Amino acid sequence: MSKMKSLMKVVVAGVAAFLLLAATPVWAADATAVKIANFSFGPQELKVKVGTTVTWTNEDDIPHTVVSPNNFRSKALDTNDTFSFTFSKPGTYRYFCSLHPHMTGAVVVEATTGSIATP
Amino acid sequence: MSDRDEGLNRRKVLECMTWAGTGVLWTVAGGVPTSLGIIDEAVAAQQKGFTFLQISDSHVGFDKSANPNAKGTLEEAIARVKALPVRPSFMIHTGDISHLSKPSEFDDAERIISQARLDVHYVPGEHDLLDEEQGKLYRNRYGRGSKGAGWYSFDADGVHFIGLVNVVDLKAGGLGNLGAEQLEWLEDDVKGRSASQPIVVFAHIPLWTVYPQWGWGTEDGARALSYLKRFGSVTVLNGHIHQVMQKVEGNITFHTARSTAFPQPAPGSAPSPGPLKVPEDKLRTTLGIASVTFKQNEQRLAIIDTPLQG
Repeated sequence: MSKMKSLMKVVVAGVAAFLLLAATPVWAADATAVKIANFSFGPQELKVKVGTTVTWTNEDDIPHTVVSPNNFRSKALDTNDTFSFTFSKPGTYRYFCSLHPHMTGAVVVEATTGSIATP
Repeated sequence: MSDRDEGLNRRKVLECMTWAGTGVLWTVAGGVPTSLGIIDEAVAAQQKGFTFLQISDSHVGFDKSANPNAKGTLEEAIARVKALPVRPSFMIHTGDISHLSKPSEFDDAERIISQARLDVHYVPGEHDLLDEEQGKLYRNRYGRGSKGAGWYSFDADGVHFIGLVNVVDLKAGGLGNLGAEQLEWLEDDVKGRSASQPIVVFAHIPLWTVYPQWGWGTEDGARALSYLKRFGSVTVLNGHIHQVMQKVEGNITFHTARSTAFPQPAPGSAPSPGPLKVPEDKLRTTLGIASVTFKQNEQRLAIIDTPLQG
């Protein structure tokens, strides 16, 4: 019985891994990360396609925020806290830390091929 | 020795002492700084006159490696206050009371600071306005009788005190910010006051430009100071940078206090202004409190920075 159960577990895990693998390439293209460390955003300028979800992670010992006026505003991110935003429209999104405004960054969102990008 | 000679001397002494992290004493007579001596003399001078204390950047809730127990070092700072030979008239706190603006952090800060049994006049730091409503918690707790984001003024022993808020509505790429509404209020607040009345301005971020690369300055600070130029004695007390720094410009003297929580690096000496990790046995030499004394009639002011240790 317990052997059967373990076998089932392996099968389930295998299927899950397969699904995850199959899903990975899509996920990788749609999400990307910005690191907040040493009071700066890295990369400072990020280029992504429309529909991408960007996740900021604060690696400093001091809280930071990610604020793009009229677009998005994170709460204060303590150490290792994250904030995500999905960019659904093309454009350049400048943002900064509202606590340490000398920290600035930008996300440049490009239209996907075959859409409005072609005249 | 003439006053002028002493003034020059003081500057040299000051430069050395500030960076050595020891207690620093200096006085201002009519805007011209002169050297009084070291701490023992200062304590003696404290006997007569009016003294208040400055504490800053207690960051209650901070528990990272630079100081895993910021609450404990605040308790030590308050113990120092209680042990002072001369009871100060009151205390000012130049912001970053809490680390993350949590009610429990404000509660702990209140519980510890109130043990000094002194009136405390607060201004917020950026760490005190992190709640969902960007400062509502702070204003409910500390903002009684204040205007706007929490600015106010009061008189004590003939000195006019002005608490300013320069941590609200900061602009991308910029520094600390006072804003038009507060500047207008300030101009009006000092209008009609005698130029001989000593002025003390306190705010979290330095009102002068210490190091713009790290955001250590106030965008419209010069505008605020322009309203104070006609006064014979203006003292500007700030926090934020977690280290003692001083500057004299005409009749205006600037001073930043130590934190009670953790030190920050000297400008440009590290990749970022983040908390500076020092050896455990050195931590308390980098933390501390400041006391400020006015000697009536002479209009002299003395600031003594006392570390928790050393």
